[in-house]
Amino acid sequence: MSNALPTPHVRSERRVLSVLVDNVPGVLLRVVALFRRRGINIHSLAVSVTEDPAVSRITMTVECPAALAESVVKQVRRVVEVRRVRDVTDAPRTERELALVKVNAPAGVRSEILEAAQVFRARPIDLTEKTVTLEVTGSPEKIDAFLNLVARHGVREVARTGSVVLLRGSATT
Amino acid sequence: MRVTTAETRKATRTISGAQAVVRVLEEAGVEWIFGHPGGASLPLYDALYDAPRIRHVLCRHEQVAAHAATGYARASGRFGVCTATSGPGATNLVTGLADAMMDSAAVLAITGQVVRANIGTDAFQEADVTSITTPITKHNALVMDPHALVRTLREAIYLCQSGRPGPVLVDVPRDVFQTQIPEELLDEPFEPRRRPVTKGHPARIAEAAEAISQSRRPILYVGGGAQGASEPLGRLARRCRIPVTVTLMGKGAFDETDPLCLGMLGMHGTAYANYAINAADLVIAVGARFDDRVTGRLKDFCPHARFIHIDIDPSEIGKNKPAHVPIVGDAREVLEALEPLVQPPDVDAWWKQIEEWRTRYPLRWKPGPLLKPQEAIEGIYRLTRGEALVVTDVGQHQMWAAQYYKCRRPRTFLSSGGLGAMGFGFPAAMGAQFARPDALVVAIVGDGGFQMTMQDLITAVEWKLPLKIYVINNGSLGMVRQWQELFYNQRYSAVQLRNPDFARIAEAFGAVGIRVERSEDLEPALQRSLEVTDRPVVVDLIVDPEENCYPMIPSGQSVKEMILGE
Repeated sequence: MSNALPTPHVRSERRVLSVLVDNVPGVLLRVVALFRRRGINIHSLAVSVTEDPAVSRITMTVECPAALAESVVKQVRRVVEVRRVRDVTDAPRTERELALVKVNAPAGVRSEILEAAQVFRARPIDLTEKTVTLEVTGSPEKIDAFLNLVARHGVREVARTGSVVLLRGSATT
Repeated sequence: MRVTTAETRKATRTISGAQAVVRVLEEAGVEWIFGHPGGASLPLYDALYDAPRIRHVLCRHEQVAAHAATGYARASGRFGVCTATSGPGATNLVTGLADAMMDSAAVLAITGQVVRANIGTDAFQEADVTSITTPITKHNALVMDPHALVRTLREAIYLCQSGRPGPVLVDVPRDVFQTQIPEELLDEPFEPRRRPVTKGHPARIAEAAEAISQSRRPILYVGGGAQGASEPLGRLARRCRIPVTVTLMGKGAFDETDPLCLGMLGMHGTAYANYAINAADLVIAVGARFDDRVTGRLKDFCPHARFIHIDIDPSEIGKNKPAHVPIVGDAREVLEALEPLVQPPDVDAWWKQIEEWRTRYPLRWKPGPLLKPQEAIEGIYRLTRGEALVVTDVGQHQMWAAQYYKCRRPRTFLSSGGLGAMGFGFPAAMGAQFARPDALVVAIVGDGGFQMTMQDLITAVEWKLPLKIYVINNGSLGMVRQWQELFYNQRYSAVQLRNPDFARIAEAFGAVGIRVERSEDLEPALQRSLEVTDRPVVVDLIVDPEENCYPMIPSGQSVKEMILGE
């Protein structure tokens, strides 16, 4: 039997999708199920209400071939509560993510960590004798870079919000 | 004077949620509901007690109710309604909803749910039905706010029929059915959130007309989405002499007795239809979705062709094959706009080639000492003069019926195409008979599939439905057996069926039962079956168990690998 798995020679890439939906229960399940069905892993997912309380924005990043993303995007568009869907990967956009990072910070290295944090404009938001918790905002790449930098001190825990995106300029999704 | 009093009273009057449901259904012209009651839907059934215009058909299994609603919808072109209680009632609808989703049938399902306070607590007969049915419905909703009930139900009725039809489920907690709501909620106008695009883009239509006019080997590939587009489709094909091939779901959208029609294509399609589409330079897909049972290996399907793809669902376009001319719109509206723009292409050489294939590779079967299934279906075709509304189950008999029962009119061939749900045939035939009481409705089923839903023979007897149920009985799960023979070294695993005597079962239910074991008994038996008008007839046709269904393009292969058979 044929199955719809993406053929191995087609390269997967990171796609960023912005979906505007009615702010009602169950929509997220419908949208996410369409990706799950095709075996697409969702890398990040951010959902929140927009300037209009009746509308929520789902921002998701997925890893899959571009053509597959396009096919699923069309199916997402069929969901009754979905108002707009846009693959913004190739559009000029502003993209931000926030991460909370809890790093081992014994007295000897603490100032070194805080110095590194300054370069990344990460703010300490909690401090104990053994650890410091930092808040860092930026593109996912910047957060990756910061995590790499502090990795050698031992990262105890990370919580990332996932990307949120708006188009550049006056354009709207 | 009276108007004023009525209005003043109305402003203060309340009705129960269940009564509101009934009112909305009445307004929408619903005449039949197929269902099975239970605890959570008791208030709905209480309201139905006072609704003489809506009649309820008590099915013995909710799967039957869902398939019957589908059969009703597809035979009538309206929407079908089924209902079930919470938990097991609703989960029994699942197969029927999945079938309706795959084959785009306009079905409204209303399910009872446990009272709101108990939702999520593993209450008695609770199931998370909206979650379960999310991937197999076009839309669904759990009504938590009694004031939203009317609007939700109206939206469901709109959505199940609009654009590409599909099943919509509304899950109603018992206490929402019981809550008193202002009657004036019924007066609120309903406005859909958005409407589908039905008119094709003029530039694309012009492009398509140009492509057809320039083509030398065009072919129309007609799917279920063309069931409402017969007239413009017929005009386009006939004026331009474009060959037509239909999918299982497209049967009837174009007259199959017309020489322009090459019959069904795909895995068990006619050899000439498959040769033709794969040699075409232009494929005009109308309401078809390039299903794997049609295309086989995608990259080898129609290697020389450009594609015009007309579909109301934008997500179908380019899903499996890239479309050179994509047209989003309703098949009828698009074809009506397109047809007058087309200059008939020169297809003389093309037809010469097609006729050669048609003569060289006709559909055929060899008579033998035992009754052949194809012989039985040809007999049914002959005795019903090709006029029947045919409903099939799933398996070998389904493919033989598609091959040998030529359909002339839309909505006269119903089958579970996308889902391939065994057990579909007989219940869907019941639904079709309710939709078209004067039509000769014939269910062609296998001995395997019939046993999945035959308990509802009693329902057909109760309603005196003059259904003809022809059981193509080969004593096995024939299609599985065929694959085991061809692809699994004849290691027959779990395909032999020890069957009951279907004729005696029919009699026990109060239907007429006839058993046919020899070719010479076929015609008299069919004749007798057609004379019964007040109850269902089951004709058990014992056929050659070794017969295989050909031609066959093995799964995932191309026309080059087609097996033509003996």
